[in-house]
Amino acid sequence: MSVFEKGLLLHGGERKIHDVPDIVKIFLVITFLSQLFFHAVTGGQVVKAEQLYSPPSQAYMRILSFSDEIVLSKITMLWLQAFDNQPGISIPFRQLDYNKVIQWLNLVLELDPLGQYPLLMASRVYAEVADNARKKVMLEFVFNKFFEDPNRRWPALAQAVFVAKYRLKDYQLAFKYADALAVNVTAKNVPFWVKEMHIYVLEDMGEIESAKILIGGLLDSGAIDDAHEIRFLQERLKKLEEEKTN
Amino acid sequence: MKFSVFTIARYTCVEAIRNRLFVLLLTGILIIFGLGEFVGEIAITETQQIQVSILAFVLRFTAVLIISLFVIGSLVREFNDNAVSMIISLPVPRHVYYFGKFTGFSLLALIIAVLISLPLWIYSPAGQVGLWTVSLICELLILISISMLFILTLENIPLAFTAVTAFYLLARSINTILLIGQSPILESTALSQKFMNILVLIIAYILPDLDKFTQTSWLVYAFGTIHNLYFVCLQTLIYLAFLSAAALFDLYRKNF
Repeated sequence: MSVFEKGLLLHGGERKIHDVPDIVKIFLVITFLSQLFFHAVTGGQVVKAEQLYSPPSQAYMRILSFSDEIVLSKITMLWLQAFDNQPGISIPFRQLDYNKVIQWLNLVLELDPLGQYPLLMASRVYAEVADNARKKVMLEFVFNKFFEDPNRRWPALAQAVFVAKYRLKDYQLAFKYADALAVNVTAKNVPFWVKEMHIYVLEDMGEIESAKILIGGLLDSGAIDDAHEIRFLQERLKKLEEEKTN
Repeated sequence: MKFSVFTIARYTCVEAIRNRLFVLLLTGILIIFGLGEFVGEIAITETQQIQVSILAFVLRFTAVLIISLFVIGSLVREFNDNAVSMIISLPVPRHVYYFGKFTGFSLLALIIAVLISLPLWIYSPAGQVGLWTVSLICELLILISISMLFILTLENIPLAFTAVTAFYLLARSINTILLIGQSPILESTALSQKFMNILVLIIAYILPDLDKFTQTSWLVYAFGTIHNLYFVCLQTLIYLAFLSAAALFDLYRKNF
C-alpha cells in the first residue's frame, strides 16, 4: 500500500480533521451561521387565519390516494379536525363555514364508508358550538347519513338525540332522531336503550300516554327477546302507570 | 449452475449488509412508529384504526422505495465496476447471473417485509398482519423485477427510478382511473375520449393489479381472507415470469 493510500485510509478511510484546509473549515462555519441568521431574520410562518375551502371531488381524491382511500380518508379527517388550530392562531369552530365542513365530512365518509370518525366529530365536536343554527345543521347531517348504514352509524345519532334534548332543548327534534333509531336499528348487538330512547324523550315531553303505548307495543310485538330488556321495559311501564295515577 | 445462483445471491445480501441497508431500515421503522404514536395522540376516536392505516401506508412506501433504490443502485454499481463483465466472462450463463441477483434481492425483500410488519402486530389481528406481510413480499418481488428490467434497459439511475416509481403509482391507481374514465360526469362521444378510454384499458391489461395487494382495509377492518392471497400469489407468479422474460431478453441482447 502506498503512502498516499495509507494516508487516505487513516481513521477508517477518512483523513484527520486538521488535514482539511482552514479556509474550508472557516467557510463551513460561516455558511452554517449565515443559514441560522437567515432563518432568524426571515423564518417562521406568518400568522394568517385561512378559511376552509371547498373539498375536491371524490374521483380526484381516489386518484390521489393511489387506491388507498382509507388512509387518505383518515389523514383528511385529522387535517379537518385540526383546521381550527392553525399555526399560531386558533379559530373558534363557530367561525368555520359549516356548509364546507359538511362537504369535507361527507367526502371523508365516502372515501371510507365504514369509518365512524366524521359522524362522531359532527355530533360530538361540531354540534357542541354555542350556535343553535350550526348545531342543527350538523345534527341534520348526522341524521341524513345515519340511514345509509343504521346498524353501524347509530352511536352518532344517539349522541345527536342527547344534543337535541339537552343542549337545544328541542324535544321534537330529539324525538325525530330517537324514533329513527328505534325504527331503523335492527342489529342484535346494539344496546337496547338505543332503540328505546324515543320513550324517554316522550316522557320528557310529558307525553306519558304515548310513552306507555310505545312500551306496550314493543312488548306485545315480540320483537324483544332479551329477558333483561323485557323486565326493564315492564318496570318502566309500571313506573309510568304509577306516575299517571299519582 | 445452482451453486452459482446461490453464490451471487449470497454476495447480493452481503452487499446490502455492508451498505447498512438494515440500519437504514430499522431507523426508518423506529421513526415511522413514532409518527404513528404521534398521530394516535391527535385522534379523538378510532385511534387504533388511524394509527394502523397511516403506519401501514408509510411503511409500505418505505419498503418499496428502499428495495427499488437498492436494486437499481446495486446493478448500476456492478455495471460501472465491470463486475457483470467479469462474471459473464466466467462459464456462467447470463440467466444464472439474473436469477442469482433476483434470488438475493428476494431474500432481502423477505427480511424487509417481515421487519416492516413488526409494528403492525401491536394494532391489528395477527392473521391479518400475516396476510398483509405475505402480500407485501409479493409486491416487493414485482418491484424487484421491474427495477431490474428498467435498469438493464435504461442504464441510468434517475431514469430507471422515475420509471419504477411511475410504474408503481400507475399500477396502484389504474383501476380507479379506468372507472372514472368509463363514467364521466358529462357523456361524450368524442373520438379523443374513446381513444383515451381504450388506451387506459390497454395499460390496465398490461399492468399488475397492485391495488388489490397489501390492502389497508385488511388491517383496519380485518377484511382480508385467504382468497385475497390466492389472487396476489397468482398475479405475482404470472407477472414475475413476464418481467423475468423481458429482462432476460434485454440482458442477452447486451454487448459487454
